[in-house]
Amino acid sequence: MADNVFRLHYDIDGEDFSVAGEASSKIKKTLKQLGVDPQIMRKVAVATYEGEINMVIHANGGTIDVEISPENIVMILKDNGPGIPDINLAMQEGYSTATEQVRELGFGAGMGLPNMKKYTDEMTVDSRLGEGTTITMIVRTNL
Amino acid sequence: MKNVIHSVTLDRDKCKGCTNCIKTCPTQAIRVQKGKAKIIKERCIDCGECIRVCPYHAKKAVTDPLSMMEQFQYNIALPAPTLYGQFSQLTDINVLLNALVKLGFDHVFEVAYAAQIITNETQKLIESGELETPVINSACPAVVKLISVRFPNLINNIVPIISPMDLAAKMAREQAREKTGLADDEIGVFFITPCAAKATCTKHPIGMSGSYIDGVFSISDIYLKLLPYLNDKSEMKTLSKAGLRGVSWANSGGEVGGLRTENYIAVDGIHNVIKVLEELENDKLGDIDFVEALACTGGCVGGPLNVENNFVAKTRIKKLAAGVKDNPPPAEERDDVLWDAPIPYNPVMNLDPDIVVAMQKMQQMSEIYDTLPHLDCGSCGSPSCRTLAEDIVRGFARESDCIFKLREKVASLAHEMVELEELAPPSMQPKNEGELQ
Repeated sequence: MADNVFRLHYDIDGEDFSVAGEASSKIKKTLKQLGVDPQIMRKVAVATYEGEINMVIHANGGTIDVEISPENIVMILKDNGPGIPDINLAMQEGYSTATEQVRELGFGAGMGLPNMKKYTDEMTVDSRLGEGTTITMIVRTNL
Repeated sequence: MKNVIHSVTLDRDKCKGCTNCIKTCPTQAIRVQKGKAKIIKERCIDCGECIRVCPYHAKKAVTDPLSMMEQFQYNIALPAPTLYGQFSQLTDINVLLNALVKLGFDHVFEVAYAAQIITNETQKLIESGELETPVINSACPAVVKLISVRFPNLINNIVPIISPMDLAAKMAREQAREKTGLADDEIGVFFITPCAAKATCTKHPIGMSGSYIDGVFSISDIYLKLLPYLNDKSEMKTLSKAGLRGVSWANSGGEVGGLRTENYIAVDGIHNVIKVLEELENDKLGDIDFVEALACTGGCVGGPLNVENNFVAKTRIKKLAAGVKDNPPPAEERDDVLWDAPIPYNPVMNLDPDIVVAMQKMQQMSEIYDTLPHLDCGSCGSPSCRTLAEDIVRGFARESDCIFKLREKVASLAHEMVELEELAPPSMQPKNEGELQ
């Protein structure tokens, strides 16, 4: 393991709700085994879960990379989806572009991005229309 | 937690070393080593899954012998409401409670009655607004222990209230002291249990600094002894006080049914409970007020120490509960039902206290895991390939414990032997091969 960074990589299947959340569940399990503080673990779990669901709903899947170091946990969520036309609007609580079908499944309440921001210490959204979105989130562990 | 004592134990003579129990354990607390199952005490939450699944009945819950009553001058039975659902002919709870007296108890105090008081006090706590929501019930000790080893973020959501069993013990003891004038150590208080976890927490209380219970008798131990007295209708006293809301606690949805909320989840079966707790931990159930989580299928009627099929018992409980719906609700209010000890987080899954070392071990673990067959066959004695990788890193297992890896090694060794055999010395080789020119 180089430079005290432990890396996790997950490919997220698009449009399969039955497995949505599996990657974030595995990330959470790994953090528990690493003995990461429970509150830090919860932040990462919620942020990656919301991101994973977003990828499934909006972007036909993507990848999640997590870099765990003693100082912080960096999460990079990358997709080749449609992109976010208005990021400020998307960051508002309750704003959602999810289809009625997705809402009937209990998703798409418009809390995804706001929750990701709320639960992380730093978040940048790099989105290009027609190309995809990359979200980088950092949770500091202050160890 | 050092020196943890569990009710769930292994009968070594009966254990065949099969892999049924290791696969079903929700905390990966069992391994098969040297042909016998071994329970990792720190991880065991006493849920009883292994007791249910073992085809050889090698897993058992240690409870106390009925002869323990001889140590006391005055003995009190605390029947769990689940006991009521075990008997096919029983239509009146009072008959069963009188049977307990005829069996030798001096007094019977229904846990179902205490349950009604706990429901009232829980309702007050919820309405105080001081609890973290969604509130999780505290009555199932296996669930509380599961949270303490796997869901540290949810510890503060557990309602910090003692269980109906503990309140029943406390009240029964108080009443007995007053009535008989005996000292505490002369009064025996015995819980009649469907549950292995309850048996453990009378020895190691959760959330409480001490227990009021002297011993625990399993329903399966007392069942046959009670049967003859169920037909004896002589000298019947009115002992049944509990009402519908109390008796219903035996079934999943029974506790929450007594609370004034429609906005709840009642989940039963330990693996289902884990799924709901995962969702709670991911903050997905913020709109729910109360989660009733019970480790056994169907609730306490599914406890491993019961005799009757849980689906049959469930219907009986419903009928019996309806029969006591007119019993007056308890007037008692208690201000002494809160937990007085914290629930600690037991990070039993942690690979190392030093995060850098833990990360190195995690790296090794994932490298080892990549080389394993990912069949999760359990032949190595660990429940899955991932757990075997973990056990290797922790130093409890070897890579050759995997029969597929071992087979690969044997095959490559055999191959090497054939190759060696073909390397004949020059004197024996055919012409033109390796010949000196």
